[in-house]
Amino acid sequence: MIPAIVVFLYLATVLYIGIFAFRRARGKEEAEDYFLASRSLGPFVFLFSLFGTNMTAFAILGSSGHAFNNGIVTFGLMASSSGLVIPLTLFLIGTRVWALGKKYGFMTPVQMFRDRWECTHIGTVIFVVQAVLLVPYIIIGIMGGGTTLYTISGGLVPYWFGGAIVALVVMSYVFFGGMRGTAWVNTFQTVLFLCFGAIALVVIGVGMGGFSSAAHAIQASPMASLLTRERISPYYFFSYTFIPLSAIAFPHILIFCLTARKMSQFKKTVIFYPICILAIWLPCVFLGVMANRVTDIPEIRAKQEARRVLATQGRTMEPEKRDELREQSAGDDVIMLLLQRYAPLWLAGLLGAGIMAAVMASDSQILALSTMFTEDVFAFYGGKTRFGEAVQVQTGRLFIILITIFAYAIALRAPETIFELAIQYAFSGYAALSPLLVAALFWKGSTKWGALAVTLWTVLTVVAVAALQAVVPAPAPGPATILWAPGGVEVLSRTPGGTAVFGFMPVVPMVIGSTLLMIVVSLLTRKPANTTVAKYFGGSR
Amino acid sequence: MKKILLVVAVAILYVLHQDIWFWRSSYLVFGFIPIGLFYQGCFSVAAALLMWLLVAQAWPSHLEQEVEEADTREDAAR
Repeated sequence: MIPAIVVFLYLATVLYIGIFAFRRARGKEEAEDYFLASRSLGPFVFLFSLFGTNMTAFAILGSSGHAFNNGIVTFGLMASSSGLVIPLTLFLIGTRVWALGKKYGFMTPVQMFRDRWECTHIGTVIFVVQAVLLVPYIIIGIMGGGTTLYTISGGLVPYWFGGAIVALVVMSYVFFGGMRGTAWVNTFQTVLFLCFGAIALVVIGVGMGGFSSAAHAIQASPMASLLTRERISPYYFFSYTFIPLSAIAFPHILIFCLTARKMSQFKKTVIFYPICILAIWLPCVFLGVMANRVTDIPEIRAKQEARRVLATQGRTMEPEKRDELREQSAGDDVIMLLLQRYAPLWLAGLLGAGIMAAVMASDSQILALSTMFTEDVFAFYGGKTRFGEAVQVQTGRLFIILITIFAYAIALRAPETIFELAIQYAFSGYAALSPLLVAALFWKGSTKWGALAVTLWTVLTVVAVAALQAVVPAPAPGPATILWAPGGVEVLSRTPGGTAVFGFMPVVPMVIGSTLLMIVVSLLTRKPANTTVAKYFGGSR
Repeated sequence: MKKILLVVAVAILYVLHQDIWFWRSSYLVFGFIPIGLFYQGCFSVAAALLMWLLVAQAWPSHLEQEVEEADTREDAAR
């Protein structure tokens, strides 16, 4: 119960920070102040908050779980590639979006697209696609909160109550604090899990009797492949470098880029982003792999046994049985189990709070959705002109309550795995939308029809991959199920972890297809007026 | 020329991420870190150094100037 009390104290602190931020902004009811903190964030808050915004529950729980089953490849696959691609996109795209936002007052990506390509309803289509791809994040955040509180309290806090508390806390500080509150809470959370990630590594390492003996024992066992990257193909590894393109296309990240007081505040963020990723992901991945050496935690042994049965007998099993074993072998809770076993109670509570910090990253998505709704729909279709800016902010707040209640209601009913899958599709979907930004900012010849083609292609491919994976069950670990191989060339196959096109993840053809469509369709259609193009490219060197 | 060199540096680092040379090695650096993980950790540090180089050598300061000029014009118009 002590860890649960520490987590509740943490939640109270988070709530206080959000409300404190609200008090700073009291008296102002301007949309730019509520949704973008008056574009006034300083370098420290901008760096940690932007990083925290991008760190979901997956960064801590999912990364160690993935490493538990797949080995060290997790770091290269998901962390170090992000450490190169995300700061690069912030440098190239984030700075330009910030400058345009400052010059022309944009508050959402769709506002910029509408202006850049002289379009109205195509912008609304982009808004709808972005919003639909964002909602699963909010739901999974609430689910993660419910599960974490349930585990930390040893089952004393039921899932429905834990989820409700997390939803209420997040909703409250986003409601009162807006962007300023969210940014400060994210900063606090990032500092927390940067500190406690290192502490967890030391405490668990000491508890296990040192990592050297554990690593050597794994090296000498049949699990030695976990210390290599044998379990993942080089094609898959290469494909994964396309996934971080999604980060800059996420509305909550792009909107966050607009909050910096000066463009120079991007400098520290761009430079230190890879180091922050290293500091959080490396301990989590390492601990996930080392958990395989722990023999005195029954839950971990049960996961290993499920994994062994799946690998040896999976081919002859019914798909439902395979799915059941996959769920049993999932390692998302290994960090929690290691903490419960090796950390003193009070420290387990603090570390649990660190995990809650990662789980609660859905605040930025809620605020981004609210900003998008009020700017791209309410204000665009005349609400701001008719009712005024104060009503626009109140509408945003009402939207925050409604979206949180909606997400909580779904979190109570739907199985978590559905949304975990949806998030995987969302990453690929946003990566496929990233050519929109590149074309808008760097290519004078891009058109609204090219943008529409990219958006429709993204919807089509996300739905196609989801449908394929729903219809064709995942095979057991090992060779993929080949679905289409004209002339002996493997074009489409169903792998244990998803789908492969020519051996690559679907995100590769999705991004390439988007890029080609933007080029071809734009070349065939009418360009925006010269004055509009000059507005974006006239002053650039 | 400077920009071309920076683009080449980014491309080289991207290629270096695909370290197929350590793919099957389970060698433990310092007796406990698998070499594949150690390499990717060093890669992250190299990425930070490259970002520092980009910021130092190719910072788009003209965007800042444009914003400042626009602000000045706006203030003057008031």
